[in-house]
Amino acid sequence: MSAETAELRVALVGLPNCGKTALFNRLTGSRQKVANYPGVTVERKEGIFAAASGRRYRLLDLPGTYSLKPTTLDEAITRDVALGRVAHEPRPETIVLVADATHLPLSLRLALEVRRLGLPMVMVLNMSDVARRRGFAIDREALSRELGAPVLETVATRSGGADALIAELERLAVPAQPLASPAGWQEPTASEVTATHAEAARMLELAGYREPLRSRAVAMADRILMNPFAGMLILATLLFFVFQAVFSWAAWPMDLIDAGVTALAELVRGALPDGPLRSLLADGVIAGVGSVIVFLPQIVILFAFILALEDSGYLPRAAYLLDRVMGSVGLSGRAFIPLLSSFACAIPGIMATRTIPNLRDRIVTILVAPLMTCSARLPVYALLIAAFIPQRDFGVFNLQGLVLFVLYFAGVASALLVAWVAKLIAGGQSNHLLMLELPDYQWPNLRNLALGLWEKTRVFLARAGGIILALMVLLWFLSTYPAPPVGATGPAIEYSFAGQLGKALAIVLAPIGFNWQIAIALIPGLAAREVAVGALGTVYALSGDEEAVSTALSSVIASEWGLATGLALLAWYVFAPQCLATLAVVRRETNGWRYPLLMLVYLFALAYLAAFVTYRVTLAVAA
Amino acid sequence: MSADPSRADAPPDSHRRLTMLAVGDRARVALVLEDDPISRRLIEVGFVPGAAIEVIASMWPAADPLAIRVGGSTFALRRHEAERIVIA
Repeated sequence: MSAETAELRVALVGLPNCGKTALFNRLTGSRQKVANYPGVTVERKEGIFAAASGRRYRLLDLPGTYSLKPTTLDEAITRDVALGRVAHEPRPETIVLVADATHLPLSLRLALEVRRLGLPMVMVLNMSDVARRRGFAIDREALSRELGAPVLETVATRSGGADALIAELERLAVPAQPLASPAGWQEPTASEVTATHAEAARMLELAGYREPLRSRAVAMADRILMNPFAGMLILATLLFFVFQAVFSWAAWPMDLIDAGVTALAELVRGALPDGPLRSLLADGVIAGVGSVIVFLPQIVILFAFILALEDSGYLPRAAYLLDRVMGSVGLSGRAFIPLLSSFACAIPGIMATRTIPNLRDRIVTILVAPLMTCSARLPVYALLIAAFIPQRDFGVFNLQGLVLFVLYFAGVASALLVAWVAKLIAGGQSNHLLMLELPDYQWPNLRNLALGLWEKTRVFLARAGGIILALMVLLWFLSTYPAPPVGATGPAIEYSFAGQLGKALAIVLAPIGFNWQIAIALIPGLAAREVAVGALGTVYALSGDEEAVSTALSSVIASEWGLATGLALLAWYVFAPQCLATLAVVRRETNGWRYPLLMLVYLFALAYLAAFVTYRVTLAVAA
Repeated sequence: MSADPSRADAPPDSHRRLTMLAVGDRARVALVLEDDPISRRLIEVGFVPGAAIEVIASMWPAADPLAIRVGGSTFALRRHEAERIVIA
């Protein structure tokens, strides 16, 4: 990589919500690589692009920060990368300071701090179209003269909106060797911060900048959306609508995928001679992976809502509304965004807890994050709901959607309960930091939305094609061999390794109503929750009778299990810590085994308890 | 007016605090009490002496948290954070 001489390393620095990521997307498109910084779990986003001249740029999107004196892990990374203190991370050769053109003072103050790092700097006024529409006129010449760095305009949301920046970067030479960080650099003190505020204000005055008035539309929207009552009602309605949409909008693409998978399995079955290969492909690979892929539409819809809400500026307001509720159980309102991400997947959610400055708050947030219903649980819920809950409408509500909402709610309620218990155990401690910026509202940008969705889809499909495929093949093997003895009467799978293992486990699981097929499915489901669905598909496909293979899995289990078992399994999945990747991330984030083990034990205990109660109560009521 | 945020010259409670304002009230920052990461961050985001502020919203029931407009940006602050801000 470094052998190519003409490559300039550029780092984007800016406040949170300044449009940095949109600019990053504009410049690099889908040529992005997301990984972690070595040793810490701060997300490292790098992208590559080439200018018309052919010169290549390596662009690093650094975490947003208000200053070079960090209060969170993410902000520390920004400082350390800019100073060249991170191992295996060469110091950037140029810094692009991204400022929201409609909110200049804090960005310019940060620019004054960054200027002291001794790197070439370019300041870009992003969202300059919005600024101009609102009647801002800024003398960029004057600002540039005062700052001693070029000041440009960009519109990250418009094609070609970053051309001025590219042209400016083209003018910069690639240094022969990385620039050394300035000797004796020290974190700015409080009085220096106050001084840079004054300096920024002076420069902005010279450049003719006037502090923006809050628009009447934003003021009106905030009056409603941040009202303690109307705002709460709107938030609850919004979340309810999202979960309804996840179920009803996804129905037809899911039917389509389901039909495609079934047709493909039939095709393979018809084309190959009877034997292990045919069974492996049709029952193991296609039935197993297919039953997971079918949930892609729901996951895409859920993420589309989360990304759009994030882009619109609504999420921090939701955190504001919920801070009081969350504070009463010892969580910070800041925990809302990590916990909301956990509805998609606990892993990015747990990683997002790094924005919580208080360590104890952060640990509790991590511990309860898996109680948020992640998208991997959706396949399991969807399967069980389709099998056991009748499709019925009550006015605008749909019974299946309602049950899904209840399951999500159960997760949230138990998270609050667990956090409250943790607060009791750890003892009262009240100094939680909220201090959250509430950005102006904006329409979500479709291009950013599409790129974000594509990233999530790619990760999901990679999982389905990687770990899930491997587990399906392993499970197929365990479920197929050894072959049943001659003269056996039951289905072949009963005599296999998996059957034996499942039957052993079923003894422990019998009090909560699980049969041995469920016990088998729970084992590979430890690797990833959604695998349980594929595993059930494989187990029942291999259970022999042709009829079971050709009917959908949901109707098979609906006829094989009682209602109590179905509901108990739903309750189990609200809690069960069946995701090794989550536990691995917790270990990494907390630097030890203590918290992942604690999480494992408390979640299994709750899962068993919840399933037991659900099973017994349903049996009693139904009798 | 002292611009120096230090514990030594912390004014008595009779001094006006941001938390005494009602929604819609405007004022100017006099100083930020204490010298710790919370106060540091308050100063960084613009709560500096002389800055104009406005209370945008407050949450029921105990006016916690609050939404405060400062320097063209809006921040949600918990009450105990806002408590550190003395107004002129």
